[in-house]
Amino acid sequence: MDLAPDAGEDVSRREFLLRLGLTTALIAGTGLAARKLWQPKHFVPGFEKEVGLQLRSYAPEVSKVLPSLAIAHGTEHEKTIRAAMDALGGMGRFIKKGDIVMIKPNVAFDRPPALAATTHPDALRAVAKLVREAGAAKVMIADNPINSPTGCFLKSGLTAVASEMNLDLMYPEASSFAPLQLEGEILKHWTFFHEPFKTATKVIGLAPCKDHNLCHASMTTKNWYGLLGGRRNQFHQHIHSIVSDFALMMKPTLVILDGMNVLMSNGPTGGRLSDVKPMNTIVAGTDMVAVDSYGYSHLLERDIAELTYLHKAQERGLGNLNWEQTLHKEVTV
Amino acid sequence: MKNLLKLRNVRRVAQVFFFSLFLFFVFVTDLRYLKGYPVSLFLELDPLVAFATAITTHTVYMGLMWSVLLILPTLLFGRIFCNWICPYGILHHVTGWLLGKRRAEERERIEANRYKNLYSLKYVILIAMIAAAIGLSLHGGTLQIGWLDPICLFHRSMSTVVMPALNLLLPGSVYVRQYFHVGAWIIGFMLLFLVGMNVIIPRFFCRVLCPLGAFLGTLSSVALWRIDRDPHKCVDCDLCLKSCEGASDPHTQLRKSECFVCFNCIEDCPEDALSFKFLPALKREVTAPMVPARRALLGSLVGLGFFAFGRTSGASDRNYDKKVIRPPGSVEEKDFLDRCIKCDQCIRTCPTNVLQPALMESGLEGIWTPILNMKIGFCEVNCTLCGQVCPTGAIQRVTIEEKTGTGPFVEEGPIKLGTAFYDYGRCLPWSMETPCVVCEEVCPVSPKAIYSREVTIIKRDGNPITLRRPYVDPALCIGCGICEHECPVTDEAAIRVSAVGETRSKDRRLLMDGGDVSSVRDLEKRQR
Repeated sequence: MDLAPDAGEDVSRREFLLRLGLTTALIAGTGLAARKLWQPKHFVPGFEKEVGLQLRSYAPEVSKVLPSLAIAHGTEHEKTIRAAMDALGGMGRFIKKGDIVMIKPNVAFDRPPALAATTHPDALRAVAKLVREAGAAKVMIADNPINSPTGCFLKSGLTAVASEMNLDLMYPEASSFAPLQLEGEILKHWTFFHEPFKTATKVIGLAPCKDHNLCHASMTTKNWYGLLGGRRNQFHQHIHSIVSDFALMMKPTLVILDGMNVLMSNGPTGGRLSDVKPMNTIVAGTDMVAVDSYGYSHLLERDIAELTYLHKAQERGLGNLNWEQTLHKEVTV
Repeated sequence: MKNLLKLRNVRRVAQVFFFSLFLFFVFVTDLRYLKGYPVSLFLELDPLVAFATAITTHTVYMGLMWSVLLILPTLLFGRIFCNWICPYGILHHVTGWLLGKRRAEERERIEANRYKNLYSLKYVILIAMIAAAIGLSLHGGTLQIGWLDPICLFHRSMSTVVMPALNLLLPGSVYVRQYFHVGAWIIGFMLLFLVGMNVIIPRFFCRVLCPLGAFLGTLSSVALWRIDRDPHKCVDCDLCLKSCEGASDPHTQLRKSECFVCFNCIEDCPEDALSFKFLPALKREVTAPMVPARRALLGSLVGLGFFAFGRTSGASDRNYDKKVIRPPGSVEEKDFLDRCIKCDQCIRTCPTNVLQPALMESGLEGIWTPILNMKIGFCEVNCTLCGQVCPTGAIQRVTIEEKTGTGPFVEEGPIKLGTAFYDYGRCLPWSMETPCVVCEEVCPVSPKAIYSREVTIIKRDGNPITLRRPYVDPALCIGCGICEHECPVTDEAAIRVSAVGETRSKDRRLLMDGGDVSSVRDLEKRQR
């Protein structure tokens, strides 16, 4: 066999150090990797201790002078919403210059606006305008619909409003969710649409007023359902407890109930114009339980005793059903 | 300037343009971006789609007429489509250049581009597909060009494999929620295999397998222009073969049916002996494709067998699979198999990922045709995107009013995809003393097709509980599947849609008159 002419020579000092160094480095590396990667203890899959984030409160200061609930009657979305907000003291009471505002609409289904199953685009436009006038630096809208997200935002007319008003429309992508922790009656730990709340300084809930086959009505309290992800279809097993948990989970700056056109039957999906009744009313307030209480009795025209989740929320001190006893104002445009 | 205006460069500009256009169409086939873009244009331009569907349906559906725009230049200039326009051909051209013997010796490249008898296989494949389409006189045939037609294949690969893979790599880049396509790994590996084969034989797919190439090659026999070699100038160096894409033997008698009109040979010839000429002598060419007669016969038998054996294996008649739920607007099953080219455009555009490429559910003929899988998605009521992008009318371009049975179509009623059936042993309120009715909540029709009745029972622990127990009204159910999709019993839902009751087929109706219409009209209020 042919070897190179200098094959008989011994290892040079340089080569010795390099080779020794390389092997030693690999041994050391293996040791370090082993130490870092070692999992000494087993765990029980599915039962791991879960830690999640906690939402801060976005609630405004309680006012002894200004009303906490306003009811406005009118025929046009923008005028009526303005009147309701003026009765509360103006949007400037809630939104300051530089605020990053998250408006949570209800976009659960791919329905056209006339069917009153989703937040009306005129309502969103009006609220976005008011919020901008008060000095908001950025306005976001986000929801995790039941139907396909792109279809829902498009067909409900909200994608158009978002591009018209330059709103930040956030779709529920997988990376937008994070675990939430809550001392709820049933909800302790659930995956939550966290992305908008990383930067939001104020939160406004903007919900339509709808009949609901299971829990009787979907208004401003139930609206927060759309911030949850995962297997929400299990909630129906404890629906009233869970909806009352939403009042614990979310302390918004303001909620607005759009009762201009109310879905009276076949809710929450609706599907026919005959299910919709024009009630020409906007209710705005800082207490979602009070707002919903008005909505159920005066807009859906039903007996408030039926609405179990509101009573649960009241019992837990999360709001006041008896809106007539609070500081409120009613106006007509 | 002359350097830049080389024929090759002009061709490269066209290749970049058409390939980018194809990718653009694939990307915007999404509810958010679709607008009015003609995203199925390449499929509509594809003459094989028009030709084969003309055989199976005796019609040329809507936009398929555009294929005349490609047939005419082919009859004049030959297979320019293959190297200037076809996005799949461009893909193979580029990967062959990247992976192949680009830097290898000149001699190796020349040898790799000589014509091989293997290249007659694509004609046999085309003959098999046409035989399958013709079928057996009385019963018509079956459309199977989708397996290997390059535009169908490329669209299918993009829709079911490439776009989801891209979204895995960059979440949110393609879809809001990640999409899955059952069994699409086969399509993925098929793509990789075909693209990878360019390492062994340049333009492997285009030369050996492509039935569209074979079709255009046959049409090219009468082309008026072709590459012509001047034997007086030629020194037999064979350098024209160095970059010959079609392996069309420009160094001897040009095989018209194989030439991709890439123009590489013209510039490679050191003697300037090659040119693109009008009506050159027949003696210097091989006019028609060379297909051995016995292989052609065998091909037609395989094609007929595909139809005959596939059809008589019983999937599409009484033994129909309940899971073959077709998209809204689909024609009835036998016609569907005459029209569907397995391009999977519908699968690409569907906003809920419910459409999946079938495997054996609708038999041999139905492989990679679209069916609904309600575990993954559901049919969104106010959506008709699948019909809008279907180029052949396997899914007709129905309007939302026609689909939902509203407006002028109230009398006809909605399109039904099937019917939902309860599996009460799995239903929480029926068998497990637990409240639920998500199904009723999400049922999108008004009045709802799912209604519930209140019942009070004594639980196992002795306490009473009032539950709402759901029922289906088959007269109202449109088979959209959102109930199945939202049911919390997620491994196998307590309510499941199956194909019976679909309106596209007279055979598969469930209720004789669609239910008692008058009582349906009376349901103005949801009954508690």
